[in-house]
Amino acid sequence: MNAAATFPNTQLFDCREAYVRTVEELAAEDERIVAVVNDSVGSSKLGGFRDRFPTRLINVGIAEQNMVGVGAGLANAGKVPFVSAASCFLTARAMEQIKADCAYSHANVKLCGISPGVAYGELGATHHSIEDVAWMRAIDGLAVIVPSDPWETAEAIRAAAAWDGPVFIRISRMKVPQLERGEPVFRIGKAEVLRQGGDIAIIANGTLVHRALEAAAALAGEGIAARVVNMASVSPLDLEVVAAAAQTGAIVTAEEGLRQGGLGGAVAEFCANHCAVPMRMIGFPGFLPTGSADWLMETYGLTAHGIAAAARELLEARQARPRPAR
Amino acid sequence: MSQSGSPGSMPLAAARTLAERSAHVRERANWMRRRLLRMIVDAGQGHPGGDLSASDILAALYFDILRIDPANPLSPARDRFVMSKGHCTGALYTALAGAGFFPEDELETYLQPRSRLSGHPNRTYLPGIETNTGPLGHGLPVAVGMAVGEQIDGSGFRTFVLTGDGELQEGSMWEAAMFAGHRKLGRLTVIVDRNGLQQGARTEDTNGLEPLAGKWRAFGWDVAETDGHDHAALLSALDAATGLRDRPLAIIAHTHKGQGVSFMRDQARWHHGVPDEEQFARAMAELEAEQA
Repeated sequence: MNAAATFPNTQLFDCREAYVRTVEELAAEDERIVAVVNDSVGSSKLGGFRDRFPTRLINVGIAEQNMVGVGAGLANAGKVPFVSAASCFLTARAMEQIKADCAYSHANVKLCGISPGVAYGELGATHHSIEDVAWMRAIDGLAVIVPSDPWETAEAIRAAAAWDGPVFIRISRMKVPQLERGEPVFRIGKAEVLRQGGDIAIIANGTLVHRALEAAAALAGEGIAARVVNMASVSPLDLEVVAAAAQTGAIVTAEEGLRQGGLGGAVAEFCANHCAVPMRMIGFPGFLPTGSADWLMETYGLTAHGIAAAARELLEARQARPRPAR
Repeated sequence: MSQSGSPGSMPLAAARTLAERSAHVRERANWMRRRLLRMIVDAGQGHPGGDLSASDILAALYFDILRIDPANPLSPARDRFVMSKGHCTGALYTALAGAGFFPEDELETYLQPRSRLSGHPNRTYLPGIETNTGPLGHGLPVAVGMAVGEQIDGSGFRTFVLTGDGELQEGSMWEAAMFAGHRKLGRLTVIVDRNGLQQGARTEDTNGLEPLAGKWRAFGWDVAETDGHDHAALLSALDAATGLRDRPLAIIAHTHKGQGVSFMRDQARWHHGVPDEEQFARAMAELEAEQA
């Protein structure tokens, strides 16, 4: 695309709204669509779905292993289940059901991790879901999607419904702006270059994408042309776009999750094998203290400022060392 | 399996007496036992104790009760069978081959590199398998999902699950049992292979299950108890599962690990023990004598 993506409006959105609106639209078109929840009708904002499609909202109660198993069974019976629960419980409590019943069995289940990352900041590390992407990414045959804004959330839900096989999608509760893009197309496995730049590449997803765009704007003021890549699809990863990013000579990754094992880990694994490049990974180091989501993001540098600082550091390190000829 | 081959058609039950049906199931179960022991000896590993314990139950399902069609294994109207005790593939694969889901010769590839006959069943490898099991505690939740799907559509298929008894120590089984009772899943039937032994010891010496019937009833299920090696009794209990019900049904099938081979019977060490050639010959002689 030519022009950099922007977010001119300061209005912020909870992506759960786009999620439920889209699932309801899909359900109205396709009677195979059902929702499966663990007493999470409210936190998943599925009250409207329940009112419109009362027989198609299956609430198993507080029982995540059964919830995911039931989802796989519904898929066997010809349904397209959207299994929707707080991401921390969905992914950790039901990990083996996700592995065996969904991914290994190639069951057509759509797993929606609600309020991921540090959305539940004050509730502490039991309720933070910063490991989910690393865990889900390790499971073969499971698509892993981290949308950045309401538009992309809605598109990811539509793409998941059309995808043959299991998908994990993070549905952000932390509010984000709606990005403005040229003519966007969402595809599982394809990244989106939101801003061109040849000095360094910033690869982000989810709530870090708009922060990455802010960081790139700040760096531009210093004469640094930073490319911004939205890598919503962590698995399958868009390897072409990563390889092209490595050509800039420096990559910063940024995600609302663990610094190890998630998006940064995915990019680093590919680069280490095919196109070694200096990197910095923005994310959380491990179990976090209690505090609001905003405070945690600020404190651990998951900000435009933190991304720009990492980019400057990488570029300074490169100046100290001659850039390898390519 | 319906002889006419079309899911939803009446099974053989309608045309034959219980004695005739029992004789057929008995012959098939004996064949399964002989065939699966050969597979285990050839492969050098397997779970003969549980395979032999479950053979009569699987024979009753695959050779009489289930409305399935190997020529159309994904027919939406088919009955669902879930092998929650996924390690007993000797019994499952012989039943599937006997029912015509894949060539009998393929049983010789059991556990060989890249065989479709893996140590635990995989639906992406073999037709006739509904969901991949192996880790215990998975089959019942998935089967409950199938039965909920049927309940939403009213499509009429029935869902059967075979669980081990040791497997009922997994909490996920009771999450699923509670929900099945709550949803009044009248087309769902669980058969518990109640052989009393888990891998290393008796269930009651490990983490006791009794009163097992009372547990299912407390979760909103109807319960039937039967001799899991008496073919007529098994068929009668499973026939009852076919009728109109407003609650799920648990059939506690009292069985013996290693049933059919005297020196394996009720011995925990045959959970995954492999007979040597001399033991195999004795086992075959006993099974052939039973068949005669």
